[in-house]
Amino acid sequence: MQLRQVADCLGCDVLSGHDRLEREVDLCFAADLMSDVLAFAEHGALLVTGLASAQAVHTAEIADMGGIVIVRGKRPADEVIAFAQRRGLPLLLTAHCMFDACGLLFQRGLRSPSAGEPPVPPVG
Amino acid sequence: MDRDDLLYRERFRIKGNDFERGGEVATHVKGLLKGFGLHPEIVRRLSIANFEAEMNVVMYAREAELELLLFPNLIRVVVTDRGDGIADIDWAMREGNSTATAEMRARGFGAGLGLPNIKRNADEFAIESTLGVGTTLRYAVFTDRPRDAS
Repeated sequence: MQLRQVADCLGCDVLSGHDRLEREVDLCFAADLMSDVLAFAEHGALLVTGLASAQAVHTAEIADMGGIVIVRGKRPADEVIAFAQRRGLPLLLTAHCMFDACGLLFQRGLRSPSAGEPPVPPVG
Repeated sequence: MDRDDLLYRERFRIKGNDFERGGEVATHVKGLLKGFGLHPEIVRRLSIANFEAEMNVVMYAREAELELLLFPNLIRVVVTDRGDGIADIDWAMREGNSTATAEMRARGFGAGLGLPNIKRNADEFAIESTLGVGTTLRYAVFTDRPRDAS
């Protein structure tokens, strides 16, 4: 699924990465807990989150994620958007809540990195 | 590891309690690591460890220094903070254990996953802490041993 289709499907406002909407994403990880994202998300996956802070953008950047969808219309601060723009990281904003956004994306074929298996952390 | 093998060394300052900037050091270092021509999987694992370590400083310490040391087949990172220290390291290393505040959790961190995440992503990991003085993390990633072909 291309990011452009993600944006269409969720009625997104594209805040950053207008020139990268052809990027393909097949995997998706949804969380507000950034440590979970850092522990379990695959590189290239789409991040769906309710967190609109700088840490969401840093997390996606650090974990090589394909893009971010922020749910429930929580618009990030201008500095956060500017940071995503500088890093070339696609940042999309949808009015849908987390559950509906995930449901719509699942319906369109996006899957979690663990392909339906609950992620089990390796013994640390 | 012989000091003579050291190819690059740089120190970065991390400020405690500065949530707005939390992640900037790890992001900057990630750019450096890419510039070294390292495998993307190596860059990603090191960057995740650095980010978790940086957020630990932001949440729990007054300030810290992150030192990056590049050797021919290894990157070492030493994060030395000045803060309260950790009373029980074994407890802190277990997933889910945390002394985080509501604000930290609202920022997407403080779930007791940071230290285990660092250990999981590093090939070597050590932690020492002195109450009232601070905590030192030492971790390393072998740059010639990516864990997968991503």
